[in-house]
Amino acid sequence: MRRKVVTGNVAVAEAVKVSGVQVISAYPITPQTVIVERIAEMVERGEMKARYIRVESEHSALAAVYGASAGGARAFTATSSHGLLYMYEMLWWVAYSRLPIVMAVVTRAIGPPWNIHSDHHDALTARDSGWIIGFASSVQEAFDMTVQAFKIGEDPKVLLPVMVALEGFTLSHTAEPVDVPEEELVREWLPPREPLPFKIEPGKPFSVGNLGPDEVSMELRWLMWRAMERSRLVIRDVDIEYAKVFGLRSYGGLGEDFHAKNSDYVVVAMGAWSGDAKEAVERLRSEGYNVGLLRVRFFRPFPWEELREVSQNAKAVLAVDRAVSMGHRGVLGLEVSSALGGKVPVKNVIAGIGGVDVGPEDFYSIIKGFIEEYEYGSIEGWSRPEWYMPWMEVGGG
Amino acid sequence: MSLQKLALSRVKGILPGNPACMGCPHNIGLRVVGSVLGEKAVLVVPAGCTSIIAGNWPRAGIDMPLLHVPFASAAAVASGLKASHDTLGVNSVVVVWSGDGGAADIGFATLSGAAVRNEDILVIVSDNEAYMNTGVQASGTTMWKSRTTTSPVIGKTEERKDIALLMLMHKVPYVATASVGYPTDFAAKLEKASKIRGLKLIHLHSPCPPGWRFDSDKTAYIAKLAVETGAWILWEYSEGKLAISPPSRPYIDKVRRKPLAEYLKLQGRFAHITEEDVKVLEEKIEFNWKLIRELERIYGGGS
Repeated sequence: MRRKVVTGNVAVAEAVKVSGVQVISAYPITPQTVIVERIAEMVERGEMKARYIRVESEHSALAAVYGASAGGARAFTATSSHGLLYMYEMLWWVAYSRLPIVMAVVTRAIGPPWNIHSDHHDALTARDSGWIIGFASSVQEAFDMTVQAFKIGEDPKVLLPVMVALEGFTLSHTAEPVDVPEEELVREWLPPREPLPFKIEPGKPFSVGNLGPDEVSMELRWLMWRAMERSRLVIRDVDIEYAKVFGLRSYGGLGEDFHAKNSDYVVVAMGAWSGDAKEAVERLRSEGYNVGLLRVRFFRPFPWEELREVSQNAKAVLAVDRAVSMGHRGVLGLEVSSALGGKVPVKNVIAGIGGVDVGPEDFYSIIKGFIEEYEYGSIEGWSRPEWYMPWMEVGGG
Repeated sequence: MSLQKLALSRVKGILPGNPACMGCPHNIGLRVVGSVLGEKAVLVVPAGCTSIIAGNWPRAGIDMPLLHVPFASAAAVASGLKASHDTLGVNSVVVVWSGDGGAADIGFATLSGAAVRNEDILVIVSDNEAYMNTGVQASGTTMWKSRTTTSPVIGKTEERKDIALLMLMHKVPYVATASVGYPTDFAAKLEKASKIRGLKLIHLHSPCPPGWRFDSDKTAYIAKLAVETGAWILWEYSEGKLAISPPSRPYIDKVRRKPLAEYLKLQGRFAHITEEDVKVLEEKIEFNWKLIRELERIYGGGS
């Protein structure tokens, strides 16, 4: 084990190296660029035995790693925002082909206006595509989640691509100490990829993607849905196993319970700002408020069981969102409401859109306001989301 | 490579009863690809007619390993596939089998990127001069004046682009044109290209009976007429030299070419054109000849 002080982007590049990735392809986009620059450098210096394919677009980046994965290699790409939207077609194609590609998405707002700072809209556009979607909340977790992503996606019970989302700048360009396990130990734990579910090679007349009866399409989607369900167990097991093998921490599987269970009030958040939310929760607890946080680590599969468990005795739940579904609620807010099925009132706050900074003080006021509102009796069942824009002095619908 | 030798191949490329239209030129092309490269080839196929020809699950129309891919992705998927084979020590010829749309239009940036990287892949553009699989819409390679369902009355008003010359300008090691009317010429080019490292592109002329509106027993005949009238020029660029291929050499001399009208009058897509249009087309064709002959001179391949 080595302790290094690295940024999120460098940590992901290190994770790709120790994971024995054989083919990498990417197109630069801020704030993801450093990941692939670092990988390209390691490949050119011979520190990493892999092929780096410099493509002309993100669509081709995911297409190239799709080809590499179809040929049996372990493959990785990374992107952000518009790059992710540009590869959207391939995103679904990769998932529907059940190839366990890993992609880092350094979250960034979508334009216009041009904006390189983080919100969650980009990563969440993959919601229904069949990708497993994880959100890291620290540089260490970005590293750990990337290594684990290969183990999870390549598990024969799963065979799905895995997206590791990390907050642009907040994680991607911020240096933190990271424990990096020895490469040989990682390789032992994560042996070369078994070329499942198929391998395209000469002499074996076998085709992937032929037209077929409509029922076959539906059956394949059903099998995929079942694999996504099975991945819950695999994600939990891998989290525990990884911690045990490398002497690192277990994060709690699909979600991290931070004083949430048996609290009166449960806050749900995901991504880097969960650390700020935790600070606010700590402070409120010290002031006597019975509040906790469930950090969503994996958005797909969604930790609905974890959420229901921690909030079974809760009076109310607050979902703080960094993405909004126009015409409805915040994206996380919708997920939380649907998982709880109306058993607990859910307040939804939309904040930090376009990278607007939201710190512990903001979380303190958001969470305290939520608790007070409930106690005054003004949160009942369904409510419109509240936009947190303190500089404008507006809120509500 | 003789037709007899092609017929002896264990891999047939296409399987009997596949869902291609009657007289489909892709079937002829795929048959040659299978016969020449079948043991070593893996096919990457973007959206197009071959998405159908490959057969309905659980049946197969092609007896080669085949990966269906989205329209604009083929050359990039092939790059990754070849990279994985290199990494894992698999000896393969990764073939992109594409139509004109997949290579010259929607997939052009992808192809251009792969060409710039000089990926070790073989790209075959089976060009039927329109988007045939969606029902004969005009493409970047559709001929001027040709009627399609998106140029249904006056015909296409724009020029066609030349994908083979565009690839030549990418400075890849091998570029050739071929025709389904000349399978042995195509086979020889495939064999040669498959032994070259880097990006190889063969632009295959593929007359389409329903799309061009001619009888389905005349595919090879029309393809030959295209060469005999000079409308399609067979050439090959290899090892730094460019040369007009033997089947086209007799037609360097304009007087030896068959009248262009003979080629056009058999095709419903040109039923509306005037004698003046034919003259303009003849001029365009003559300019192409000048260009290729000049390139032959510059690249020093002529005899």
